[in-house]
Amino acid sequence: MANLTKTNRRDFLKIAATASGGLFIGFYWSGCDSPKMKVLTNEEILLNAHNFNSYLSISPTGDVVIYSPNPELGQNILTSFPMVVAEELDADWQKVRVIQANLDVEKYDRQLTGGSGAMPHSWERLRKAGATARHLLIAAAATKMNVDASTLSTSNGEVIHKESGKKMGYGELVTDASKLTAPEEVALKDPKDFKIIGTPVKNVENKAMFTGQPLYGLDFYREGMLHAMIQRPPFGMKIKSVDDAAARAISGVTEVVTFKNNVAVVGKSTWPLMKAKKLLKIEYEPDGVVESTFDHDRLFAELLNGKTAEVKRKDGDVDAAFKNAAQVITSEYQCPFLSHSPMEPQNFFAHVQGDKVELVGPTQTPDRARNDTAQLLGIPPENITVQITRLGGGFGRRLRADFVTEAAELSKMMNAPIKLTWSREDDMTGGAYRPAVRYRFQAALDESGNMIGYKLRGVGINAGNSTRENNFPSGAVENVLIESVDHKSAITTNAWRAPITNFLAYAEQSFLDEVALAAKKDPVQFRLDLLAKAKASPVGELQYDVDRMIGVIKMAAEKSNWGKDANVMQGFSVYFSHRSYVAQVANIEMENNQPVLKKIVAATDCGIVVNPTGANHQVRGGIVDGMGHAMYGNLTFENGLPKQKNFDTYRLIRMKEVPEIDVHYVQNGIDPTGLGEPALPPTGGAVANAIFKATGRRLRSQPFIEQKEFSDIKLQIKRA
Amino acid sequence: MANYNLRINGNDYNVEVEDDTPLLWVLRDHIGLVGTKYSCGIAQCGACTVHVNGEAAFSCTLPVSSIGSDEITTIEGLSSEGDHPVQKAWDEVDTAQCGYCQAGQIMTAAAFLRKNPKPTMEEIENAMNRNLCRCGTYHKIREAVALAAKLK
Ligand code: FES
Ligand code: FES
Repeated sequence: MANLTKTNRRDFLKIAATASGGLFIGFYWSGCDSPKMKVLTNEEILLNAHNFNSYLSISPTGDVVIYSPNPELGQNILTSFPMVVAEELDADWQKVRVIQANLDVEKYDRQLTGGSGAMPHSWERLRKAGATARHLLIAAAATKMNVDASTLSTSNGEVIHKESGKKMGYGELVTDASKLTAPEEVALKDPKDFKIIGTPVKNVENKAMFTGQPLYGLDFYREGMLHAMIQRPPFGMKIKSVDDAAARAISGVTEVVTFKNNVAVVGKSTWPLMKAKKLLKIEYEPDGVVESTFDHDRLFAELLNGKTAEVKRKDGDVDAAFKNAAQVITSEYQCPFLSHSPMEPQNFFAHVQGDKVELVGPTQTPDRARNDTAQLLGIPPENITVQITRLGGGFGRRLRADFVTEAAELSKMMNAPIKLTWSREDDMTGGAYRPAVRYRFQAALDESGNMIGYKLRGVGINAGNSTRENNFPSGAVENVLIESVDHKSAITTNAWRAPITNFLAYAEQSFLDEVALAAKKDPVQFRLDLLAKAKASPVGELQYDVDRMIGVIKMAAEKSNWGKDANVMQGFSVYFSHRSYVAQVANIEMENNQPVLKKIVAATDCGIVVNPTGANHQVRGGIVDGMGHAMYGNLTFENGLPKQKNFDTYRLIRMKEVPEIDVHYVQNGIDPTGLGEPALPPTGGAVANAIFKATGRRLRSQPFIEQKEFSDIKLQIKRA
Repeated sequence: MANYNLRINGNDYNVEVEDDTPLLWVLRDHIGLVGTKYSCGIAQCGACTVHVNGEAAFSCTLPVSSIGSDEITTIEGLSSEGDHPVQKAWDEVDTAQCGYCQAGQIMTAAAFLRKNPKPTMEEIENAMNRNLCRCGTYHKIREAVALAAKLK
């Protein structure tokens, strides 16, 4: 036992009622649910259960209920959070039930999914939640067994007195234990004693997902509810006139309403609305600037050469460095808008009744859903409940609450419970995209190929700061200038998995490959040399940990046999984002004179790996995501409207387009630093650098397949 | 509006819907079988995959009027206890991230393995390539289909 830590007041508020209603996900797939044995429902367990804190109830039957507050969108938090609580409780995992908690700002802190931050934020408080209950169970057992607490240990849901061989199950102790006062401080396990953390515990919703149980927002139905769909305007346009006669004539449509530049069709089921929406005749007129992709290309050139930019970082004397350089390398990189396109389109259920509102659905930010709705309706947030369903993906799109407030507004107008469904086309054309960005990189090299100056200007469309000025290679170069220019547009943008770095990393890591080549250095050694400098004499502020970055670089080089096989054309990339470090090597081999992408090797440092299956999912998934969008992703605009509206024209990566992926982790025992995003940023660079090595073609824009440099390259992708 | 008698998962259902209503929305909105998912609606992603007389089909573009006496199987009816070899393999491999695509993946895999019980990896990939997974669980899906073939 180590780390005596203080408990958090919020986590230990006495909870009046556990079963606060709502969707209980009561699926339980374990060895003991044989037909003979009656498996209790969550409701039955909770009826007599005792609450220990915001996360944990234990019933006299020994069943443990763990509440997981953060929205689950595939990052596996609904399994990994409870694993951490159960670990410190020393629970029998077979007796653990997991319940997705509803929004509760009293009980939970940071109840959101974003920024790869849930595990780093909650790690300690989850551990304390389990450890505190364990402490109380031991205290209760000590009294009952009439022995000293220090002679007791726990394992698998039991308190054990080794000397006498006596054992008591948590269920037998829970009534007494719950009457005791929780300690101010509690000891946490030494990580080397972990039994659940670090093991491949299966997703707690496997059975429900694989048998088609209602889990997602779109699966929520309420007796008497109406369905609604909305036609939204192109960006920068407003409604001039609406002719809804044909839409109204569709049987099953009960109402067509225009509100805030939207036209909503309402009815008793989804299909008539899909038909009716297509029959709406809406005329739009400009409401400000209406943009097309063509305008953006011109704009990027203007802003890159413009006089004004926001200086994000300035070290040394950049002008002098470039003047004295033996060699200057300049390159520009550009990325398009992207749609988040989670497989489950946006949707939400809202029921406004007077000044009370019930919200149910898939959101990454239940608190924002509540607050935005409160603001819209002019009621206190406390009057609103939010039930969080499982999310069919998010990728940042569900950080917004536009679809929530739409549902609430319609419910109020229709005076009925409303389920708002976005079609795939609505989801793709309805906004909040990964912003389009263009970068200009410049490097100054001295006679011996040392980088003495580094300049970056990022120009983006609603991108905010398109740079990460304190990230590598800042800190490793004496003279640095980093600038950002943001163009305000009517096209809405939003965080998209690994915001900004999802593209910046590719651009920067490709550029560094160009610089290494010009400096006649091996790309891995070139980065290690820079990091050695950042360690020995760091310049200005560094946001990254030099040693952790070196660690993943060395591991990726070793695991990929970097530079050892002349027949394998390798591309290297490394990036720090969201507190974690990932280095990747892409391997291309030539077959019949054509490049074949065979493998991506990833070395990750995310601290302690809570669940290896979940971690592998995030690393592989991030790489597939990064590669898919680098290769194929493109959303273009014409007169304020995306040209791609569904998966027939907006191309997502498919099974036969992914290479083998080897996953490795640095084992350094530090607390988890998050993994939902960090594996994505390095991938585009690793692949582009390998393509360059194999073909001599430098890909400076995404998507790769649409670049002229790529047009005669027949890149095949194969798995072993 | 017309009346349809449908045979789904071995049960008879009677629904009153427009002729052009896709089976997907009949299942979800009218019968309450929501395991079959909507994602693209245009036969591009496979989230809505069901079996029609044992063959995998996209229910989002299958009008109810075309079904007649065909036997429909949805994810809810693939097995009575959730223990079809493909479902067991999916659990064993722990295939899902968000899980939204997985019912469709399972239905595609189950229909494929019935026709081709001993597939090569290449055949698996050719069969599964029609189903999108935005979370990128493709490696796990490959593994799970291969395992399901062994579990039978
Ligand atoms: S929803 Fe039917 S194929 Fe996509
Ligand atoms: S698991 Fe999320 S879309 Fe496949």
